[in-house]
Amino acid sequence: MGYFVAKDIVKQYSNHLALDKVNISVPKGSIYGLLGPNGAGKTTLIRIINQITAPDSGELKFRGEKLKPEDVAYIGYLPEERGLYKKMKVGEQALYLAQLKGLQRQEALKRLKKWFQKFEIEPWWNKKVEELSKGMQQKVQFIITVLHEPKLLIFDEPFSGFDPINTALVKKEILKIRKKGATIIFSTHDMGSVEELCDNITLIDNGKTLIEGPIDKVRNDYASNRYEIIFEGNVNLLTASLSHLYKIVENQSKNGLTSLTIDLMGDISTNDVLNILLQAGQVRSFNKVIPGMNEIFIKVVKDSKIQEK
Amino acid sequence: MNKIFLVIKREYLSRVKKKSFIIMTLLAPVFLAGIIIVPAWLMSRETTDVKKIAVVGEGSRLFNGKIPSTRSLKFDFLTDANPDELKNNFLEQGYYGVLMISPKITYIPNAIQLYSQKQPTMDITSHISNALEKEIEREKLEAYNIEDIDKILKEIKSDVNVQTILISDTGEEKKTSTGLAMGIAYISGLMIYMLTFIFGAQVMRGVIEEKTSRIVEILISSVKPFQLMMGKILGIALVGLTQFILWIVLTLAIVGTAQAVLLPDMNVGSARSQVVESVMSGVNESAGEQVQAIQPQLNELQGLLQAIKSMNWGLIIGSFLIYFLGGYLLYASLFAAVGSAVDNETDTQQFMIPITIPLLLGLFVSMSAFQNPDSSIVYWCSFIPFTSPMVMMARIPFGVPGWELALSMIILLLSFVGMAWLAAKIYRIGILMYGKKPTYKEMFKWLRY
Repeated sequence: MGYFVAKDIVKQYSNHLALDKVNISVPKGSIYGLLGPNGAGKTTLIRIINQITAPDSGELKFRGEKLKPEDVAYIGYLPEERGLYKKMKVGEQALYLAQLKGLQRQEALKRLKKWFQKFEIEPWWNKKVEELSKGMQQKVQFIITVLHEPKLLIFDEPFSGFDPINTALVKKEILKIRKKGATIIFSTHDMGSVEELCDNITLIDNGKTLIEGPIDKVRNDYASNRYEIIFEGNVNLLTASLSHLYKIVENQSKNGLTSLTIDLMGDISTNDVLNILLQAGQVRSFNKVIPGMNEIFIKVVKDSKIQEK
Repeated sequence: MNKIFLVIKREYLSRVKKKSFIIMTLLAPVFLAGIIIVPAWLMSRETTDVKKIAVVGEGSRLFNGKIPSTRSLKFDFLTDANPDELKNNFLEQGYYGVLMISPKITYIPNAIQLYSQKQPTMDITSHISNALEKEIEREKLEAYNIEDIDKILKEIKSDVNVQTILISDTGEEKKTSTGLAMGIAYISGLMIYMLTFIFGAQVMRGVIEEKTSRIVEILISSVKPFQLMMGKILGIALVGLTQFILWIVLTLAIVGTAQAVLLPDMNVGSARSQVVESVMSGVNESAGEQVQAIQPQLNELQGLLQAIKSMNWGLIIGSFLIYFLGGYLLYASLFAAVGSAVDNETDTQQFMIPITIPLLLGLFVSMSAFQNPDSSIVYWCSFIPFTSPMVMMARIPFGVPGWELALSMIILLLSFVGMAWLAAKIYRIGILMYGKKPTYKEMFKWLRY
């Protein structure tokens, strides 16, 4: 049973079906990647999780119980379309938003001071938001999202607008928060950070779940029988006895090293190939090629489009 | 519930702390007090400056002492002075002007001239011509040799001043003033119209600001859209009340101090006694004519004072606050719905029409209410919630049965609840919609989501 579960969520807008029986199950303490092309229905799903909009049908469970309006106090949300009151002072505004989440004023003040120190933004406390740059505003928003120490965090494109230094800083904080026991739902188009951070993913498009599961499993599932081999010397594998059981995709020689990419066909096992190679020369490495999330993303979305047609 | 107070607090404080709010709150009473105090001050200044006019010429003998002096005018009858000489040096002698009356005056009415260095005001010329006309009329009448002409004239002279007296159900009689009732009706109707517009538009701008700055999504992940909307509406209502009360208090304070400083001997009470005094002295001094000239004014003033006292101020001020709040709340919900539907202020115009038209209608009907407070359109509009705040306020000074007042207030309150409920439905969809401006049809659909 997941820490947060959405079951058979359906949301119909006047002219299109935004979510069509979507399921997600977020394990406790994990980082859960919510992926999908633009307009797939991610924002709708996130809004439903935050109880901003209500689903037409389906079930939402948080910590094993039905999601209640009071649960917003345990949820932190950093929307993709985010902003602050431009004319309000940074500190005052952070305090207000923290109190809206149910924190007492004194406690909020104490925690804010700590975060402002950590992010080295204390001098901004009395500045108006409109005086800050976009990246600076993002930092403030991140603090506001995590300040009430929510049990479930939802980050929608948390790194957009950050320079690499700040991206690293925020990443570090997200991992720290997870270590403390928080569960995180993470939506982004940056597949690099998905591979780096996520334990589980779900990929939705056109309101339907296309893939769901632990990221390693997903990647392995999408791995074909492709291997990458590097060895010393120059071996003519084409003449080998089993050459009809594999196909060479790529063959490169450089500085006395040969790198080969092959697709295995039929019943041939990796050991059979290794045997041939061991006789032919000095093997440096033999790896199964695991596809990146980027590749999987493109492939899955394309295939589903073809299927629809 | 706690959250809605947080929203109200923010909406209230962020506006009250604004420089523009402080400036407006301070400047308006200065301006208002200026309107009240400056004319009174100018008037009091004028009276201290007495203009002396020399009356000369052969005809002046006929009118010796017949042009009465007033507070600002004094006439010296220099029947023996040389008119041509005086014309050249009247300023040195301390005269404002020289009035030349030729002996032909009885048959050539134009044979009278006023020489002065500055253009004399209408007051001066009409005072002189009135006095002379009266005297010539009298002379001419005397020429007919009718016995007891003075007595006859006095007897036929009549002065009509309608006094309005209201009889309540208990038979109690109250002197009232139609003018005062009209004034109250007019001012309160206009005030409600203006305040509703000013503060309603603030609600709309606030909603648009939250939407365009995209903070709204963060907010409604913590509070319900309805709480956010109501918090804003109520917060701004408090801003409006604060400003309104400060305006009244500050205006009264400024008028009070200004009176004490500039016009130490003028306040309503003493103004009255002054008039009475001058009348009393007039009785002793000259003929009853002067009294007769002032008597209607005195009656009117006393009537007004009595009417001011007899007005049920508690009812008027209490109703004003209720109708101002009720009307504002009703319209503010509409303003909030409009603000949520658009991305910027220029797009609001199309949706403002259904708000502006009933408001304007209410204002126009309330204006017609002082001519005919019991016409059927006024009667019904004082129950329709969109117009009742203005129209009922216009009816109240003319007297409204208690049950009608209560019914109208209850309808207004219930409509506000219904309107807030409907507006919240549009609002919670609208604030999350970006891009295309919705049509009325789409907004209608949102109601059913």
